[in-house]
Amino acid sequence: MECRDVLDRLSPFVDDELDPVASREISQHLKSCPSCTAALARQRELGESLRRDLEYHRAPDLLRARVMREVRGAERREVAPSRFPALPWRWLSAAAAVAAVVGGTWMVATLPRDRGDEATAREAVSGHIRSLMANHLTDVASTDQHTVKPWFSGKLDFSPPVTDFAGADYPLTGGRLDYLQGHPVAALVYMHRKHVINVFLWPTAGAREQQAAAVTQRGFHVIHGTHAGMAYWVVSDLNAEELASFARMLAASPGRP
Amino acid sequence: MTHERRPETGNPPRRLSPEEQERFNERVLPHLDAAYNLARYLLRDPHEAEEAVQDAFLRAIRHFDGFRGADGRAWLLSIVRNTCFTQFRRRRSGGEQVEFDEEIHSVEDETSEPEADFTRSIAEQSVREGLGRLAVEFREVLVLRELEGLSYKEIAQVAGVPIGTVMSRLARGRKQLLLALGAGAKEND
Repeated sequence: MECRDVLDRLSPFVDDELDPVASREISQHLKSCPSCTAALARQRELGESLRRDLEYHRAPDLLRARVMREVRGAERREVAPSRFPALPWRWLSAAAAVAAVVGGTWMVATLPRDRGDEATAREAVSGHIRSLMANHLTDVASTDQHTVKPWFSGKLDFSPPVTDFAGADYPLTGGRLDYLQGHPVAALVYMHRKHVINVFLWPTAGAREQQAAAVTQRGFHVIHGTHAGMAYWVVSDLNAEELASFARMLAASPGRP
Repeated sequence: MTHERRPETGNPPRRLSPEEQERFNERVLPHLDAAYNLARYLLRDPHEAEEAVQDAFLRAIRHFDGFRGADGRAWLLSIVRNTCFTQFRRRRSGGEQVEFDEEIHSVEDETSEPEADFTRSIAEQSVREGLGRLAVEFREVLVLRELEGLSYKEIAQVAGVPIGTVMSRLARGRKQLLLALGAGAKEND
């Protein structure tokens, strides 16, 4: 093979896309041709430089959320985006009102409740979406609750209860720090089939036991409540029924304080 | 800047069944980053890229019943690139033409060993700029090859061209880049 033929094929040669015969011939030629070898080095260098220096643009959160809504068929372009959250929030207010009648005093302590919850739900959903971006899901990747739980100590001033539900097909996959309502919270990550479930936990001083309330935000289901001094917010694109049963399991788990 | 609404919006909306959603979430959705990255490099504008990707997903949903293979990435990326090229043509009808001009962009071989570190940041810049100046057909195959690591066969599927065309576009694109970076001056002879 002549230099010209070799140079013409260096690009696919570098990509390992030549047939074995041509590939072998080029290798043979390179052994005895310094100038072609130098050209090969430049080709390789270019590839390395492209892979190293070119930015990989990951999809922005908002785009991800929109696309996920498209998949769910929940959004058409013609529809104003505000339509979607309206209904569930009215529902939440109703739920809050019912809870107020049943639960009594906490309403006073956390007034105005539904407005605060709305903001928190939004933040929780944003946290969930952020976590779905590659490499942001977990800071500590482990299915072992005894690894995940200690990881939080030293990073948070409280110790979140960590339970694995692998037996019920909701395996724990890890944890990370997140920020909600302006302070660091524990985020536990569970999987159910291919769905990611984020559980945000933080202590709420003096808060009464609070029944789980469910809302839908930007196409994600959110279930939140307070149990044994911990506020929990569960976010996922999993269907509402399964997520509710997961939340029940979570609130009833022996691992909780 | 407002664009006229896409042709997609005129079609009746299609909803995925729960089973299809499941499959879509497994096979196609994980390649959202790849979709956006490709759109960014093809259109070179974050907003247009977002628009194109959102549009591409609407198309993907609409045509999901035509999706047979296991390779959701190549399938999705081909829709993304077609959406981008449609957007391109619309933009181009305004007259903007970005082509790589070898005569303007080829530079003297000025890379020398002692200055290697000093010129590193310039080199990074040049690689990005160089790629940005390539004609979109070359940019496309280079991004798919170098950033997505697709095989020639997969790139051919995405770009809708024969494998031989992929091979020659990659070779030409690289040659132009090397020339622009001043490292390929000797390659011609």
